[in-house]
Amino acid sequence: MMKRNKEQSSEEKRNKTAIQKNKDKKKISMIMVGIVASLFWFYPFFLIIINSFKTKSEIFQNTLTLPTGLNSENYTTAFEKLDFVKSAANSVLITVGSLVLIVFVSSMAAYALSRNTSKISSIIYFIIAIGLLVPFQGIMIPLISLFGKVSMLNQPGLMIMYLGLATSMSTFLYYGALRGIPKSLDEAAVIDGATTFHIYWKVILPLLKPTTVTVIVLNSLWFWNDYLLPSLSVNKEGMYTIPLKMFYFFGEFNKQWHLALAALVMVILPIIILFIVLQKHVVKGISDGAVK
Amino acid sequence: MLTNRSKSFWLLLAPALLALIVVLFIPLMTGSYYSLTDWNGNTVGHFVNFDNYIRAFQDQMFIDSLIFTAKFSIVSVILINVIALMLATLVTQKLGKWTTLFRTVFFMPNLIGGIILGFIWQFIFNKAFESIADLTNIEFFKGWLDTPETGFWGLVILFVWQMSGYMMLIYISFLNNIPEEILEAADMDGASPLQTFIKIKLPMLMPAFTVTLFLTLSNAFKIYDQNLALTQGGPYNSTQMTAMNIYNEAFSMRNMGFAQSKAIIFLVIIVIISIIQISITRKKEISA
Repeated sequence: MMKRNKEQSSEEKRNKTAIQKNKDKKKISMIMVGIVASLFWFYPFFLIIINSFKTKSEIFQNTLTLPTGLNSENYTTAFEKLDFVKSAANSVLITVGSLVLIVFVSSMAAYALSRNTSKISSIIYFIIAIGLLVPFQGIMIPLISLFGKVSMLNQPGLMIMYLGLATSMSTFLYYGALRGIPKSLDEAAVIDGATTFHIYWKVILPLLKPTTVTVIVLNSLWFWNDYLLPSLSVNKEGMYTIPLKMFYFFGEFNKQWHLALAALVMVILPIIILFIVLQKHVVKGISDGAVK
Repeated sequence: MLTNRSKSFWLLLAPALLALIVVLFIPLMTGSYYSLTDWNGNTVGHFVNFDNYIRAFQDQMFIDSLIFTAKFSIVSVILINVIALMLATLVTQKLGKWTTLFRTVFFMPNLIGGIILGFIWQFIFNKAFESIADLTNIEFFKGWLDTPETGFWGLVILFVWQMSGYMMLIYISFLNNIPEEILEAADMDGASPLQTFIKIKLPMLMPAFTVTLFLTLSNAFKIYDQNLALTQGGPYNSTQMTAMNIYNEAFSMRNMGFAQSKAIIFLVIIVIISIIQISITRKKEISA
């Protein structure tokens, strides 16, 4: 009996190591597939980077070879022509300004809606939902005309437009999170004599932090990269954002790929580095945004 | 506590409602009115009833742009979601540190705006492909973006490359929510990976499809920046999408009222598609 047991267990062991080996093999082949796919995915970036160090004639000869040296001349020229510091500052201003507005405005609205179960509250919820369905192009022309009439085709105007366009989505995200925060919590604070705004500021907003990360991640990818709306509202010297400036830069240096590529790398690199640093938050933000 | 009569309720809501009214509802209303007039951006001369709409449906360039946009959206939505699902399945295979690396690389194009992506791919299609053609003498790599077909596929490749990583992240979060025990039980019962995928993972991914299909469809339909930077609608407007057609009608030709009627047609199409898509996937979600 004992012997048979032993035999059985040794056979099991053999089986297990076989399974393990099989699994390792599978894992290695999966990693290989992943590496090949990643290389494929990264290759466009790689080509842009290597060619950004070449001279005009080198690019003309062959775009697939490595550069002969690391000349930084393209970069210094592109940096100046792009007016990089000014354009980046404008982009930061628009992105951060709009984000601040959206975080407060939509969390406040969601708080009000989640703590009121009347019919009016659900009607307002429905009205806000309409904003999710309307494509920007549907209102683009009258919106720009309206803001032009009141002389708001400027940076504050652009922030207000982003606020209106992004409120619906952000309010919904906050609303979803607020349903998970028990009302007894704010009721206890009311008994302690706190005002509504005090509760919002001291109790609710801190609890909503994970959702705020989602709202910031989703919207900053949009605001930072948008071209269409800024091209219609802040298309003026001194207000150019990076995508706008990049567009004009390309028009001007159409045939000079060495400068254009250096400019591309210059505007891409900071964002990729920022992403790698904040990766955890970005990934979590996007996943949470989709699940809710 | 926050009753309809309480001041705080309305004060908390006021900024959001105000922003929505100014940015969304006023333009929706004025836009609907303008679409029935010969508005030139400044003044309204005449009320023209539905003439603009009739003209829009007779405008061959507008119709072509709608067909092109629809084709582009269908092809890219399918490709993006198939590729994103494959990438998500790959990344969720417990590959240790490789997981993060793969995820980062696949997501990277999403960090970059449509204008910049368009210029990157212009370089790839025009310059890098040219070098490959010189090197290999393969006809396939010559003259990309010079014909309507290659322009179409150029836009599809760009958009798939951009969006797949984003959708991958969404699929990953849903795949990670599938209880480990279920997958182990299937493994014990001798289910092949393909069987597990079709019988277990796919039904549990139904809620994910509601989100990913909505996002990919609406983003594909509304695309403008990439279109502008990669092909500018050329050659001969053959790759002009609806968003660009509306933009040009309004801001190049200055036919604002006419352009707005196209914008409203576009809006109605998108709203109908979104509602159909959401109700279909929601139904599947419940039955699964």
